[in-house]
Amino acid sequence: MAKAKRNSEFIIERDKEKCVKCQACVRVCANNVHSFDAGGDTVSSDPLLCVGCHFCEDICPTGALRISRNISDIKANANWSRETVRSITKQAETGGILLTGMGSDVHLKDYFRHIILNAAQVTNPSIDPLREPMELKTFIGSKPGKVEYGFNIAGGRKKYFLKTSLPPQLMLETPIMFSAMSFGSVSLNTLRSIAQAAAEYGTYWNTGEGGLPEELKPFANRAIVQVASGRFGVDIDYLESGAAVEIKIGQGAKPGIGGHLPGEKVSGQISRTRMIPEGTDALSPAPHHDIYSIEDLRQLIYALKEAVCYRKPVGVKIAAVHNVAAIVSGIVRAGADYVAIDGIRGGTGAAPTVIRDNVGIPIELAIAVVDQRLREEGIRHQASVIAAGGFRSSADVIKAIALGADAVYIGTAALVALGCHICQKCYTGKCNWGIATQDPYLTRRLNPEIGARRAFNLLRAWSVEIKEMLGGMGINAIESLRGNREQLRAVGLDEKEREILGIKHAGETW
Amino acid sequence: MNKLCGDLDYRVPSACGITGIMDASGELFSGDSIYASICNMRERGNGLGAGFAAYGIYPDFRDFWCFHIMYQQESAKELTENYLKKYFKIRHFEPIPTRKTASLNRVPILYRYFLVPDKDVQEKMPVQMSDEEVIVSHVMYINRFITDAFVFSSGRNMGIFKGVGHPDEIGEFFRIPDYRGYIWIAHNRFPTNSVGWWGGAHPFGLLDWSVIHNGEISSYGINKRYLENFGYFCTLNTDTEVITYLFDLLVRKHGIDLELAGGIMAAPFWLQIERVKEPETAELLKTLRIVYAQALVNGPFGIIVANQNFMVGLNDRIKLRPLVAASKGSLLYIASEESAIRCVCSEPDMVWMPRAGEPTVCQLRKASGREKVWLKQKETANL
Amino acid sequence: MQGKHGEMNKTSKKNMKPRRIVLREEYCIGCRLCEVHCITQHSMSRNIIKAYRGTEPRPESGIYFEESGPVSFALQCRHCDDPPCLYSCLTGALYRDRKSGQVLYNKDKCVGCWMCIMSCPLGAIKPDFKNQRAGSKCDLCLEAEFPACVANCPNEAIILLDENGQRMLKNDD
Repeated sequence: MAKAKRNSEFIIERDKEKCVKCQACVRVCANNVHSFDAGGDTVSSDPLLCVGCHFCEDICPTGALRISRNISDIKANANWSRETVRSITKQAETGGILLTGMGSDVHLKDYFRHIILNAAQVTNPSIDPLREPMELKTFIGSKPGKVEYGFNIAGGRKKYFLKTSLPPQLMLETPIMFSAMSFGSVSLNTLRSIAQAAAEYGTYWNTGEGGLPEELKPFANRAIVQVASGRFGVDIDYLESGAAVEIKIGQGAKPGIGGHLPGEKVSGQISRTRMIPEGTDALSPAPHHDIYSIEDLRQLIYALKEAVCYRKPVGVKIAAVHNVAAIVSGIVRAGADYVAIDGIRGGTGAAPTVIRDNVGIPIELAIAVVDQRLREEGIRHQASVIAAGGFRSSADVIKAIALGADAVYIGTAALVALGCHICQKCYTGKCNWGIATQDPYLTRRLNPEIGARRAFNLLRAWSVEIKEMLGGMGINAIESLRGNREQLRAVGLDEKEREILGIKHAGETW
Repeated sequence: MNKLCGDLDYRVPSACGITGIMDASGELFSGDSIYASICNMRERGNGLGAGFAAYGIYPDFRDFWCFHIMYQQESAKELTENYLKKYFKIRHFEPIPTRKTASLNRVPILYRYFLVPDKDVQEKMPVQMSDEEVIVSHVMYINRFITDAFVFSSGRNMGIFKGVGHPDEIGEFFRIPDYRGYIWIAHNRFPTNSVGWWGGAHPFGLLDWSVIHNGEISSYGINKRYLENFGYFCTLNTDTEVITYLFDLLVRKHGIDLELAGGIMAAPFWLQIERVKEPETAELLKTLRIVYAQALVNGPFGIIVANQNFMVGLNDRIKLRPLVAASKGSLLYIASEESAIRCVCSEPDMVWMPRAGEPTVCQLRKASGREKVWLKQKETANL
Repeated sequence: MQGKHGEMNKTSKKNMKPRRIVLREEYCIGCRLCEVHCITQHSMSRNIIKAYRGTEPRPESGIYFEESGPVSFALQCRHCDDPPCLYSCLTGALYRDRKSGQVLYNKDKCVGCWMCIMSCPLGAIKPDFKNQRAGSKCDLCLEAEFPACVANCPNEAIILLDENGQRMLKNDD
């Protein structure tokens, strides 16, 4: 058989009692799953086209639709899953790389689920964040090892003045920032929502490698502008307008390869912002072709620092791989003001499935070893460490901070807040929620007023939860938890894992 | 890890009573008053630890470093003395004078050594270190690597006396009232794990520092890792260590004022910094907080820290442990409870509650060069 | 706002600023749920399933969806300050409500001349062929706190402004 008929992944159940044939589902599905037959006055659905984004289910006014997974399956087989068979079938038909979107969906040990937090009792009172100040303020940037100051005696009192000048810092009201998502992989409305939420809450967002479109200039002062291997949209105005500059060496979803924006998503505006022809694939090269070694990176870091007159922090983003501790140590010594590390569960708009699921290490381990190594070398203060890669809740965030991160980047969580249901079809450009698309029929679906509200609420909700957990531990400032592994314990991890994470097993006391 | 006590793989939080008395004029007074003061707070302990520190008690050997060392075994004593002879010139050593006290258990062998670093040995070292660095490195070595030996005091013209017992027992045992000093601090302990180790009691000391502490440090995990970068290793499994080392780091190594060091460890809130009127001071406070974030001590504490020239009382930034201060003439009293002060000074000139996060400092008149005892917050006394 | 004696006079007409529905076509996703909910709101049962599948007569929608390419929006009667439909109504079936300032339609007075339909520049009144009279027209759902279209637009493309032009939000926003 040249082309096998494939089973659909999803079943669409329509409750005939509830369906009023308003045809909202017919109109809104970007994949044309539903259709209305006027002659027979029926609405029918083709599940083969369904990607499981649930937009129709959410919009149906009577709740008549239910999208569920299709259990029609091959014979139970521990080694050959249905997905495996399906993937090979596709490759037999196309001869190409299988693409996917969002973060890895295969099960790799979830270390966060094995780490638990402390609470203070009896010997130490817990602190109530509703009554006492609970400080989450975080500073990203290089810090000196000590402070030099002087004083004059005026009116019988000491009047101090600072001699040390602090390198440029980003000041965050919460240790959560929005991760890099390029204009092109996501719609303008998505970035508008995120940028506004970041500006209102007092944190930062990241332009990703898509450049800074004109409409987002009002939020540029809260933007970290990225300089990736394709150097899309990078000119002096771009660098000057942001709050910090980030050199993107790699990302967790696809370590070792460059960014990929399929031609379907390169519309007029994208083409102008990125300065490439419409409809062409935007493939960022795998390495920066001017960074083949650490000394080259140092050169670029300082070139950027010179370009912004040393007034903004310049950081580096890498994927978490085996040698991450040594790599980060090198990056810090190369002059970076911060290092962002993206773990294997990081998301993406398009990546080869096989790389997304098999290359890289979990962020929990990466943070632990990086933090420890930098301390051993006495250089931990020279750069901030930002963790990224699939943070799902405030608990994940607080554990990452306790392991040693200064702050975290959230990407997938922010998109889910905007409506994403992780159908992993971002690379098709047919995102029904108006997020990962440039199609004007679809981009209007995301109202940035609503989006900004929801993203802000996410930041607020997680920040308040973090405060509750901090107070529960008897801590009222986030810097007392940062790197404080005594407040963590492991459950169900072996000795080696605990050694790498640097935490004791639950039940062990101080 | 030094295992003087078998069950010491865990850290012991400190719940207790603290008291300190200093005469800013430098006049010596007997240990009677501190003894009475700490015994007044007997109920704050459970008999599992008490201790005293005093300054000015060895006037004949004032220029020599005095190591107080406890040994669980005679063999440890031999090993340590051989080690000391290699690096130090020992002027004099003797057992610490004690009085037999029936109720005390597991009494270790207690010796004191008056010594200075051997200059000839120092010359041959590849890196030149100050005397203080030498002392610290050897004390760390003995405590980490010579089993059953523990240096629990290592300052000049000062000494720490402590053990497992009630304050009256320990005071009796070490004959505290026989000594005369110009600074006295004492501690009474209520550990929540049974610990039979004499080294675990307070005060904790290194060089001329001595610290007594009532509280539990929630930020211990990060304070400890921060200090390790600078060569301080926490061997004691108690929170108090980090406070001592932080003071040594900030005040001695980094040259930061006492008040500012207190303001780093009990840092003001961001909202408070925003309200500071002088922009330069605000800038300094903000920078200190950013750079020394890992030196912030979180969790409830009331501490008294002493050194040759000063005694400081400090609370955590939201004052979750009690601390009262009083003054009479050139004497400053700081204690967990007012009764502990009134029992030795019934009519103080002033009594007040130090504010959260603000240090109460008493400096030796000679060192500060000022006429009067300089007390922080004198103007804001409650009475 | 009413005049001193509760009657219509020129000054009080100016002061009576009605609530206004505003359409923002950049957010319209073309789902036509505004029509569905308008019909439901004006049905007898006010229940969507009964209104569509039951035996009760289904009313016409007062809001009309229009699209061209990716651009779409829904429009309804603007309750104009100077309504041509009201002036052209022979019988006074179209009248301005004193309290709210809206232009309302009383079907009992309508004789089906359709002058209103022809005079409305927006086409905001639709003919009711079955009953030979003017059909549906937006009445701003005066009995409800929020008009049905505003309350149910999934993307907030339809919003409500109060007398002073300020956006009115639902309590849980």
